[in-house]
Amino acid sequence: MTTSPYAPVHITGEVLTTRKVGAFRHITLVAPGIPERFRPGNFVALSTGADRLGRRAMWIHRVKPTGGYGATIELVVEPVGPGTRWLASLPTGARVEITGPLGRPFALPKEPVSCVLVGEGYAAAPMFPLAERLRERDCAVTLVVAAVDEAHLLSALEARRSARAVTVVTGDGSIGSRGTVADVLPDVLAKAQAEVVYAAGSSTTLHQVASAAEQAGAWSQTALEQPMACGTGLCQGCAVPVVGEDGVARMVRACVDGPVFRGDRVRWDDLEPRVRVGSA
Amino acid sequence: MVTPIELAGLTLPSPILVASGCGGTGRELAAYGDLAALGGFVTRSITVSARPGGAMPRIVETPSGFINAIGLQNPGLDHFLATELPWLVQQGARVFVSIAGKSLGEYAELARRLGRSPGVAGVEVNLSAPDASGTGVFDVREPFHAASVVSAVQRDLPRGMPAIAKVRSDVGRVVESARTVLEAGAAAVVVGNAFPAALPDGRPGGLSGPAIRPLALRCVAEVHAALPEAQIVGAGGIGTVDDVRSFLDAGATAVQVGTALLHDPTTATRLVAELEDAP
Repeated sequence: MTTSPYAPVHITGEVLTTRKVGAFRHITLVAPGIPERFRPGNFVALSTGADRLGRRAMWIHRVKPTGGYGATIELVVEPVGPGTRWLASLPTGARVEITGPLGRPFALPKEPVSCVLVGEGYAAAPMFPLAERLRERDCAVTLVVAAVDEAHLLSALEARRSARAVTVVTGDGSIGSRGTVADVLPDVLAKAQAEVVYAAGSSTTLHQVASAAEQAGAWSQTALEQPMACGTGLCQGCAVPVVGEDGVARMVRACVDGPVFRGDRVRWDDLEPRVRVGSA
Repeated sequence: MVTPIELAGLTLPSPILVASGCGGTGRELAAYGDLAALGGFVTRSITVSARPGGAMPRIVETPSGFINAIGLQNPGLDHFLATELPWLVQQGARVFVSIAGKSLGEYAELARRLGRSPGVAGVEVNLSAPDASGTGVFDVREPFHAASVVSAVQRDLPRGMPAIAKVRSDVGRVVESARTVLEAGAAAVVVGNAFPAALPDGRPGGLSGPAIRPLALRCVAEVHAALPEAQIVGAGGIGTVDDVRSFLDAGATAVQVGTALLHDPTTATRLVAELEDAP
């Protein structure tokens, strides 16, 4: 048995609350064992009924190791496929098989440096706990939250509480400025004098973030969403083309070797854009 | 159920083994259960040279199953021997190394080098990659192809190290396949692999999971009826103790659990315990 304090657990969780926010469903689950092992960038794999064998990978948005209801985690679900619709329709008290926390989390800087955090759509979920950890380390935190429209934008209000400066950008301009992450990021990086950029979202956006970071001379940490069958490293279904630290190109697994990768290690052009994890 | 069991001349603590390609490198699975408690751990198929695997998507969910086309991604024999095997042995796992080759020569080389490696309990010869035509491995279309591979492997394994042969669960051919590989020297036959299928985009893949369980069970029963002395390892959609019992009742000596682990990584160790508690 693995004895790492971060080793994942497989548990039966229970839905404590669910609330609809825009296009998303925020689900809080009693999930003993997961909050105390959590680091920002981790995800959980959930079962969505016995007939759907594939697990659904969800970013952990928030954790409470101790509370009136014990250890809880909060997930942000966008109901777009049969599995995510099943999750979004769960009533209070429903039981769900959960495995987690999974994946390599974001690497945190040792020094109090300026950090820019980019979250697109529901994938902004891990950016809020990351912002908290970074502020604990006296890092200046700038947030960019992006989405196609306001309904798909994750908690702009809360973003203002978590960061020194917040930029909101939507595809239709329904809130914040109109455009994409790529349109606003170079200015944000310059203004923040960012040394590290953290990002989660579509692979197209992550590629743009990695390029913008490189232009600005900043490190980037990108959280990839590849379609996953198991989420636990067993099946090799979620391949990501990278260049290793030894300079050798290889295929690794998004679920255990990632999902967070240094932006300059991912071979973006070989990464086939596919359905996002939460879209199934 | 009497444990330990005897399989292929080995004594195993449980009839539950992890199926090839469904246990990662072993490290990922070890977070959820003790590998030493298992009857055995079958590795993903190892080839002489590293293979990057196939294009995405590699796994697609289908009712009660998965269709996969991983393309035999693996780090190659050298890397496996240097890093993955020693770790598995250290855990106390009984390691069966699944092997796949482009030619008989490659199978022989794999057998020769694995035969000299401390800690290998046995070799599982993958004769049934469901997407074989796309992966470039030795094409096993006819039973005599399978027999030639088993002979090549057998010749290069030291005495006392068994080769078990994993064949296709094709009910029309499975008895003939099993008989041929056993005659060629396989110590047991694994019935069987994922079923040849296609991904939604038409690429060849393999169907696994509960969807294939009744079909695999039928194949095990057919082989047992025709070859009552043969040792059979049943595989195909096994996920519960009842599934295990039906395969054992149909004549299997042991079973492999694969796809169920992707849905619940604790399945194999849980089945070991449940089988012990309520034999």
